Amino acid sequence: MSDHLLNDLSLFAPETAITLTLVAAILADLIFRRTPLVVAALVLAGFVVTGLLLLGQTGVNASIFTGMIAVDSFAVFFKTIVVLAGILVVVFSMESGELNSPGRKLGEYYALLCAAALGMMLMAGASNLLMMYIAIELSSLSSYLLSGYTREAPDSSEASLKYLIYGAVSSGLMLYGISLMYGLSGSLDLRAINRALPQVLSGGGAASFTLLIAGVLALAGFGYKISAVPFHFWTPDVYEGAPITITAFLSVASKAGGFAMMIRFFKVTFIDAGAVALPAGTWATLQGFHWVDLVAILAVLSMTIGNLVAVWQNNLKRLLAYSSIAHAGYMLTGVVVLSNQGLAAIMVYFGVYLFMNLGAFYCVMLIADKTGSEDIDEYKGIGGRSPFLAVALAVFLVSLTGLPPTAGFIGKLYLFAALINSGWTWLAIVAALNSVIALYYYVRVFRNMFLRTEEPSSPGITLSWLQNAALVVLLVPTLLLGLYFTPLVQLAQASVRLFGTP
Amino acid sequence: MEIPLSYYLCLSVVLFVVGVAGVLTRRNAIVVFMCIELMLNSVNLTLIAFSSFLGSITGQALVFFAMAVAAAEAAVGLAIVIAIYRNKRTVDIDKINILKW
Repeated sequence: MSDHLLNDLSLFAPETAITLTLVAAILADLIFRRTPLVVAALVLAGFVVTGLLLLGQTGVNASIFTGMIAVDSFAVFFKTIVVLAGILVVVFSMESGELNSPGRKLGEYYALLCAAALGMMLMAGASNLLMMYIAIELSSLSSYLLSGYTREAPDSSEASLKYLIYGAVSSGLMLYGISLMYGLSGSLDLRAINRALPQVLSGGGAASFTLLIAGVLALAGFGYKISAVPFHFWTPDVYEGAPITITAFLSVASKAGGFAMMIRFFKVTFIDAGAVALPAGTWATLQGFHWVDLVAILAVLSMTIGNLVAVWQNNLKRLLAYSSIAHAGYMLTGVVVLSNQGLAAIMVYFGVYLFMNLGAFYCVMLIADKTGSEDIDEYKGIGGRSPFLAVALAVFLVSLTGLPPTAGFIGKLYLFAALINSGWTWLAIVAALNSVIALYYYVRVFRNMFLRTEEPSSPGITLSWLQNAALVVLLVPTLLLGLYFTPLVQLAQASVRLFGTP
Repeated sequence: MEIPLSYYLCLSVVLFVVGVAGVLTRRNAIVVFMCIELMLNSVNLTLIAFSSFLGSITGQALVFFAMAVAAAEAAVGLAIVIAIYRNKRTVDIDKINILKW
């Protein structure tokens, strides 16, 4: 028994490391009150150590703490995304003028960032409904506080209140779905529910209707985390009001955790384990519960509404918020196809999304720190004043659109290939049309940056060497993965294995 | 006489709907939080009823966690409401509207 527990604890090492970092950040904040950089460096080191510990878990396929958490290559992949986003966001935070204003204490900020990252890492591994609920709440509660961290700014506190109300309601809905699922199957463990469901569904119409309601309610919780339409209302407000570093973190890490949890939930719980005569690497839904149609509707709505509303935005942060809703839609299409190819495509997409989205937000942050505005009209002539920053932002936006030779193209290519291979051609066409809309609103930014000239008084934006280095670190993968993508694709294909599934 | 499971479930559905309706219609942020608590507590009632009916304790374990999380959520929520009150001198949701569309 104790051997068992020790082994489980050793597999829990990355989460333990991030928890210790959290505690150390709080203590360091007490000692080094005047120099927030010490805490930042400590947290950065903690994230790096967590990342190294995650590297040591490649190829593990186990379930720890009596089935509460799965440690499999799927979870490790998404945890790595969360940790990489954490590292980059800590670097951004050290540079952010918005956060480092005089008189602001940043110790708690970094501690909460660790707590949010811990929650997201637990989300990626949770294989029990109880654990899922706790993980979602841990990451949410920390995110509410982080999005309102610049609390003297009215829009920041408003963002956190809206985030809190939407979050609390959707987690309440999800908990109700969990309670119904527990009532139907008598268990909170995903695999046990999966084993119990065929018998429940054979019980007749009432049972399968209840299961449908439970599934829709649970989907509300996941949809809120990944900001899919119609659970997206918080996204633009929170993304606009929160400090840019937190917006960047939420847009990548929170989404990664949410997607990992949602995929595990649907793939482990609602898959017909006894289905025969399927091609390798594909699965079938349970008889009597067709959740795939629900997810397909969410995907189409998210892509279309996200992209169409983004066209009207003048604030670049808000525009990127709608674009992140649209990206959630693209990635949801990978869930619909019910195959390992689709899962691998989602993971490739996340691998490139990490760099291009964080990069775009970083450029917005650098420009906003100097000009004090995120308005697209204020971007006039930036291409002439600070060419490197403008070109970097242009590359990130081209990549978000999904044009070659950037990494975004590879992400979309694999998703569309997975869709067409499994016969969802109409969904691929909708997604491709949406990319065209996306091009339209990104081009507006290019036009302002490079083709419009501004009043001659505006000064250029000079970057420190650290800011230049951070930009290069984000730019290189965005371009390189567009040309040499085999390693990422192989990594994703090797990481589709979930614990407890064939 | 034993009360059947369906009575508990109906009561919790009613409480849950009251909570959701309150969140949608009430304008005071504090009252909205109270309605959210009502939603969570109706879920707790469902879980305890199922747990007792099925004779398994996992549901009750989840209730303990849900109560702890609800308490944390209330603490965070009230802190955020205070922050907003200091900025705007109101907790009326209709007047908290800088960010839209």
